Amino acid sequence: MNDIVIEAQNLTKRYSGVTAVKGISFSVARGEIFGLLGPNGAGKTTTILMLLGLSEISSGTARVLNHDPAREPLAVKRRVGYLPDQVGFYDNMSARDNLRYIARLIGLDREERDGKIVDAMAHVGLADVIDRRVGTFSRGMLQRLGLAEILIKDAQVAILDEPTSGLDPQVTIELLDIIRALKHRGVSVLLSSHLLARVQSVCDRVALFNQGKIVLMGTVPDLGRQVLGGGFRVEVEAQGGGLEAQLARIPGVERVESVGPNRFLLLADRDVRPEAAAAVVAGGGRLTRLAVEEPSLEAIYQRYFQEHPHEGERHAA
Amino acid sequence: MRREGSALNGLGVVTLKELSDHLSSVRMRVLEWLVVLFALAALYLAIQQVRETTAEDPFLLLRLFTRAREGIPITFVAFLSILVPVMAIGLGFDAVNSEYNRRTMSRILAQPIYRDALLFGKFIAGLFTISISLVALWLLVVGLGLVLLGVPPNAEETARAFIFLLVTIAYAGVWLSLALLFSIVFRSAATAALVTFGLWLFLTFLWPSVLSQMVASVISPPDPGYTALGLPTPGNVEWGQILSRLSPSTLFGEIAFVLLNPDDVSARALGTIYLVQLQGAVRGALPLGQSLMIAWPDIVGLVAGSIVLFTIAYMVFQRQEVRA
Repeated sequence: MNDIVIEAQNLTKRYSGVTAVKGISFSVARGEIFGLLGPNGAGKTTTILMLLGLSEISSGTARVLNHDPAREPLAVKRRVGYLPDQVGFYDNMSARDNLRYIARLIGLDREERDGKIVDAMAHVGLADVIDRRVGTFSRGMLQRLGLAEILIKDAQVAILDEPTSGLDPQVTIELLDIIRALKHRGVSVLLSSHLLARVQSVCDRVALFNQGKIVLMGTVPDLGRQVLGGGFRVEVEAQGGGLEAQLARIPGVERVESVGPNRFLLLADRDVRPEAAAAVVAGGGRLTRLAVEEPSLEAIYQRYFQEHPHEGERHAA
Repeated sequence: MRREGSALNGLGVVTLKELSDHLSSVRMRVLEWLVVLFALAALYLAIQQVRETTAEDPFLLLRLFTRAREGIPITFVAFLSILVPVMAIGLGFDAVNSEYNRRTMSRILAQPIYRDALLFGKFIAGLFTISISLVALWLLVVGLGLVLLGVPPNAEETARAFIFLLVTIAYAGVWLSLALLFSIVFRSAATAALVTFGLWLFLTFLWPSVLSQMVASVISPPDPGYTALGLPTPGNVEWGQILSRLSPSTLFGEIAFVLLNPDDVSARALGTIYLVQLQGAVRGALPLGQSLMIAWPDIVGLVAGSIVLFTIAYMVFQRQEVRA
C-alpha cells in the first residue's frame, strides 16, 4: 500500500455537457515512470489537473501520496512537482529570479534556496545561463527550467505534461535522460505524451488513452503480446549447420523463420535469448548477432484501433 | 468541505513579486510622469487663482484642490477623478489573463498556495502601487502649496486633505477591482482593457449626467405643476441623484465636495436641499466631524463597491478552469 504514490479510481470529469475523462483507474508505484499516452484531447491533461487538485473531480477518487487532492491540495502540491504542457515563465525575469519566486512560494529558507537553485540549474545543464532573461530561452531550455523547478521542490512525484512536445530529437534525448535521472533519485514520474515512440523508452508502464478512457495498460512488451499477439521476436544471426532445427527445439519457441543467409527469427512466448545462445554454441555454430525486437507502441496503438474502430464513440452517444 | 492550511499562504510572496513587477514596469513610469505633470498643471492653475482672489481664507490649502482658473475648468479634484481610474485600470486590466497568456498560471497554482493568495496578492500590490503614487502626489501638492503660498495649513485643513487622500485610494480600489474582474473574465488583455475603459466612460460621463436622469424620469416623471413654474420636481430630482450614485465617480465627486468645501452652504447635505433649509442658515464652516458624517454613506458605498466587485472577481476566479 505504501508503495503506491498515485492512485485513481473511476476518475471522471464532466465539463458542461462533455465528459472529458470517463471513469479511469490506474496506480503508479514508488520509483516508477508511468506514461499516459494517447492523442491530443484524449483526457490526459484533464486527468493530471485533477490529480493536482487544480481541477474539480466530478466523480471517483484520487489519492496522491495518500492525500486527497480535492481536500488537501496544499499537502499534495507541496510534494508533487508539475511541468505543464508548453510551460511558461516570466520573460522579463532571469532564470534565477523565476526559480526564486517559486522557491519562496514553496516556503524555502533564503540560504537553502540559493544553493538549491544553483544545484538544480547545473543538474539540468543550464548553469551558464542562470542569470539570463528567460525571454531569450529556447523551448528546450524552458522545459529544462521547468524540470529544475521540480528538483528545487524535492518532489516525491513529478507530473510532466507533454515534456517532449515541440523539441528537436537531440534535445528530446537529453530531456529524457534528465527524466531517467529523476527516477534514480527515487522520484516517481507520471508523464503524458502524444509522441508514442519517443517516450516508450523511458516508461516502465504505460496507459493508452482514447476519448477519455484508458484502453490499454501495462508494460510495453506486455501490451505488445496482448495486442500484436506474437509475443517475443528474437533475431539470431549465426553461422553453422542445422541451426534451424536446434533453435526450434528450444522450449517456448513456437516457430523459426529463416529470414536470410544465416539469419533466423524466433517467435516465442518469452525472451529466449539465453537459450538461443546456448543452443547455437551447443550446435557448434558461431553466434554473430542476437537481439530481441521490442514491440513498438506505435504499432500496438495502431493495431488496437484497427481492431476496435468504434471504441469510445459508442460511449459518447 | 473544509480546506487544510491557510488561504493566505504565499500571499506575501505574491504581493511582493507583483509589487516589484509594477514598480519596475514601463507602464508605471508613464503613469508616474502623467501624475507629476498633471499635478503640476492643476496646481499651477489653482495657485494663480487663489493668489488673485483670496486675501484672507481659512482654508487656503483646500482651495488648491478645488479651485481652477476661470475659463479652464480643471480642478485638482476633477483631474484626480479621471486619472485615478486610468491608473487603476492600467495596472489591473491584465493582472490575471497575462498569467494565462504567459502560460505561468498552472505552474504557479501547482505550488502550495491557494488561488486566494494569487488574486488577493495582485489586488494588494496594485492598490499599494497606486497608493504610493497618490501619497507622493499629495505630498507634492501640500509641499508646493506651502512653498508657493507661504501660509502653513492648520490642523483641520490637513486632516481634511488627509481623509481626502484615503478616499481617493478607496476610489482607486473600486476601479482596480473592476479591472481585476474583467482580467479574469476575458482571456485577451486587449478585450479586458477595452471593456473596463468602456464601462468607466459609461459610468463617469454617460450615466451620472444623462442616463440616470432619463431613467429617473421614467420612474418618477416630472410633475407638470412644478414644470409650469420652472422648478424641478422633488421626486424626480431625488431619483436622479440616487441613480447617479451607482457610479463611483459621482460618489467620489460628492465626498470630495463635502470634505474640501467646509464653508460652502450647499456642502451641508448631500442630495436635494430645499430653500427652506437654507433660510436662516448660519454662515460659517462645518466642523470636520459633521462633514465626515455627511459624506459617510458615500464613503461606505465606495468601499463596499470595491469589496463587492472583488468578491465577484474572486468567485469567478475560483470556478475558472486552469486550462485555457
